[in-house]
Amino acid sequence: MRLPASLAALLLILPAATAAEIRPGRDFLSPELRALQEDEARHPGMLWVEQGEEVWRRTPALDKPSCAGCHGDAAGTMRGVATRYPMVDRASGRLLNLELRIEQCRMERQGQPAFGYESPELLALTAYIAYQSRSLPMTVRIDGAAAPFFDAGRAFFHERQGQLNLACSQCHDDNAGRRLRGDVISNGVGTGFPAYRLEWNAVGSLHRRLRACSLGVRAVQFDYGSPDYLNLELYLAWRARGLPMEAPAVRR
Amino acid sequence: MAALILATSLEGGHAFSLEPYRVVADAIPEPLGGRVGDPRRGARILRDREVGNCLICHSLDDPSERFQGELGPALDGIGARLSEGQIRLRIVDSLRLNEATLMPSYYRVEGLRRVAPQYRGKPILDAQQVEDLVAYLASLRG
Ligand code: HEC
Ligand code: HEC
Repeated sequence: MRLPASLAALLLILPAATAAEIRPGRDFLSPELRALQEDEARHPGMLWVEQGEEVWRRTPALDKPSCAGCHGDAAGTMRGVATRYPMVDRASGRLLNLELRIEQCRMERQGQPAFGYESPELLALTAYIAYQSRSLPMTVRIDGAAAPFFDAGRAFFHERQGQLNLACSQCHDDNAGRRLRGDVISNGVGTGFPAYRLEWNAVGSLHRRLRACSLGVRAVQFDYGSPDYLNLELYLAWRARGLPMEAPAVRR
Repeated sequence: MAALILATSLEGGHAFSLEPYRVVADAIPEPLGGRVGDPRRGARILRDREVGNCLICHSLDDPSERFQGELGPALDGIGARLSEGQIRLRIVDSLRLNEATLMPSYYRVEGLRRVAPQYRGKPILDAQQVEDLVAYLASLRG
C-alpha cells in the first residue's frame, strides 16, 4: 500500500513515544530508588504495610468487628480493590477515595471515631489495602454518577493556577522526563500513593503530595480529602488506566 | 518537589501597585520606575532558591550550581542574543509573547487564579529585583 506523501512524512516525524503516552512513576525513578521500591526486604514503606495488617486484625471495641471480622483475609478480599478508587458511594452520592472509604467503615460499621486523614493508622491501613493490588492495572469508572467529578478533575488539571500561573499538565504532560532542579518530572500519576518519600522520611498520602505541587506554584493548598483533590485524584487515576498500582512506592 | 520558590512570608501585606511600563514590539525599553539594576545582586537573585530560583527551570554554565533545570533555554550568552528591553519583557510578562508559555510572569498580578492567600495581589519579584536580574542577564555575553 502506498501512503499519501504527507502522511508518510508525518509518520517519519512522530517519535516512537508520543506526548500523550502516560508512563508509570517507577519509569522516572533513579535506579537506586527503583531497586528499593522493588525489594520488599529493604523497602521502608513495608513497615506501614505491616502496621496496617495489625490494625486490620485489631478489634476496635468489645462488641465491634475488626476489619478482618467482616472482610476476612485481605490478600483475597482486598485484591484489586484499590485499582477501582476513587469511586462514587451509591448511598451518599459522594466521591470517595480509599482513605475515605476506610473512614466510612470505621465510623458506620465499627462505630468508632474517624482515624483522621494522615493519621498513622489511616496511612497504614491504606498502604496495606493498596499493597494487595500492587502491580494490578488501574480501572476506575468515570461514567454515570462519576462523570461530573471526573470533568471537574480534568478541568482542574489543565487550568493554570497560583502566582507562578502553571497548570499540572504543563509539567506532567508537556515536560515529563525533564529535570526541574534535582527532580525528574514524571507523568504525575497517583498510583504510587500512599508512598514513602525520602523528603518526608515517612509514608504520606496522595493529597499530601498534591499539596506540595500546589505550594510549588504558590497556589491555594486544599484540605486533605477536599472535593477539589478528590476530583483531581479521579482524573489522575483514569489517566493512569491500565498502569500498574505501585503503592506503596518509594519517592524522593 | 521543592517549592519553585519557597514561601517568604508576606502575610498581611498591603495592596501592591505595579510601576507602569511601555511595551514596544517585544521589549520594555525603559527600566521599571527608572530604577538602576545591580548585576551582582541579580546574580544572587537568579540563584537563590527562595527568591528568583530561575535555575529550577534554566541552566547556566556554573559548576557550583549542582542541580539545574532543563525546562527553559540555557541562559549563557543571553545578553548577546537579547537586548535589555527584550530581557525585561521576558521576565516581567512572557505571557504577552506566548500565551502557552511555561515561563512565569514575574511582574504581574492580574489574571491569576487560585493564588495562595499570602501571595495574592503581589508580583513574584519587585521592580528593583527585576532590574537587578535584567542588569545581570544583559552582562552575560560570553
Ligand atoms: C512546575 C512543575 C509542576 C507543576 C505545575 C505540578 N507538578 Fe506535580 N510534580 C512536579 C515534580 C518535579 C514532582 C516530583 C517528581 C515526580 O514524581 O514527578 C511532582 C510530583 C507529582 C506527583 C507524584 C508522582 C509520583 O509518582 O510520585 C503527582 C501525583 C503530581 N505531581 C500531580 C500534580 C498535580 C495534580 C498538579 C497540579 C495541581 C501538579 N502536579 C503540578 C512538578 C510539578
Ligand atoms: C517554570 C519554568 C521557568 C522558570 C521558573 C523560569 N523560566 Fe525563564 N523561561 C522558561 C521557558 C520555558 C522559556 C522559553 C520561553 C517560552 O517558551 O515562551 C523561558 C524564557 C526565558 C528567557 C528568554 C530566553 C531566550 O533565549 O529567549 C529569559 C531571559 C528567562 N526565561 C529568564 C528567567 C529568569 C530571570 C527567571 C527567574 C527569575 C526565569 N526565567 C524562571 C521557563 C522558566
